[in-house]
Amino acid sequence: MEVFDLIIIGAGPAGITAAVYAARKKINFLVVTGDIGGQAAWSGDIENYTGYQFVTGPELAQKFEEHMRKYNIPVKENEEAVEVNKAGEVILVKTNKAEYKSKTVIIASGKRSKELGVPGEKEFKNHGLTYCATCDGPLFAKKDVAVIGGGNSALDAALQLIRIANKVYIINNTESLGGELVMRHKIESADNAMVYNNSRVAAVLGDKMVNAIEILKNGKEERLPVQGVFVEIGLIPNSGFIKDLEKNERGEIKINSRNETSIPGIFAAGDVTDVPEKQIIIAAGEGSKASLSAFHYLVQH
Amino acid sequence: MAKKVKVYSTSTCPWCIRVKQFLKENNVIFEDYDVGSDQVKADEMVKASGQMGVPVLDIEGEIIVGFDKDKIKQALGL
Repeated sequence: MEVFDLIIIGAGPAGITAAVYAARKKINFLVVTGDIGGQAAWSGDIENYTGYQFVTGPELAQKFEEHMRKYNIPVKENEEAVEVNKAGEVILVKTNKAEYKSKTVIIASGKRSKELGVPGEKEFKNHGLTYCATCDGPLFAKKDVAVIGGGNSALDAALQLIRIANKVYIINNTESLGGELVMRHKIESADNAMVYNNSRVAAVLGDKMVNAIEILKNGKEERLPVQGVFVEIGLIPNSGFIKDLEKNERGEIKINSRNETSIPGIFAAGDVTDVPEKQIIIAAGEGSKASLSAFHYLVQH
Repeated sequence: MAKKVKVYSTSTCPWCIRVKQFLKENNVIFEDYDVGSDQVKADEMVKASGQMGVPVLDIEGEIIVGFDKDKIKQALGL
């Protein structure tokens, strides 16, 4: 089996930037990724990426992809890493489609939406239950919907829905909503929004499509008839496929200032790491750092 | 002859934008339905795909949910 110099896992801002840097160093490498653009492709308006006073997420993701494609980088799309192991000097990367060997690896697999973990969630995904209010929100015009969560992303989803849906329930498991004050006020003053604090979802119910949720409010069961459920309870790092690395309590891969992980030859960059801020521009910068570190490692070994 | 392609999408969904970009790049002509504002088309999409996520593509009767590049290429013979 061919042994690559480098395999980059993920093609969001961090992975793509790492790939561009690796291409310019002319090393033998491969990108394996489920999608292209990562969370950037899901972002709305971006006004803080230097050089672009205004750009949308999909546009910026497209620019990233074009930049990567310019170098004819081999990209294995729709391919998810399922296991990464280091045996001796070689790192084995197993995906849902193939197996590869490499001298170095950069993990730039980002984050994904956290799931509720309740009965009905999986069955009704895309059957009324969604993790992307921006995408699917408009389909729920004049319907009754529930937003699960109480942070900024939940409030953002609720505000989008208040304008188009009939009734919007906000199911928040703490004493009061978090998030920005301005957004909270808007929600509290909307006629069609109802906030359920100290509440959590126990089950998602329906036939072919969602028709209700069961909630526990202060431990008391209640059923809310809704046609839409928007899950906005935060993000978790895609770091499960690599067991032996040191991670923090949130599951983020621990890195040092050179993007080195606890295993020599394995580097990490972007939102999957414990880097303090999660921003597109930071992920991109971290990707370039990780790529240069991998290059130095290859030179030394 | 070119296949008949319909795209069901919402104006705000990033993958819808990408899927349409992809089709344009490949010179594929398609009908674009905004299911956020067109309730009739929204119902048609749910019925055809049995689900509510966007984008949905209808390529000569073959339903593809999401921006699944491989499937789209195959269906279009690209």
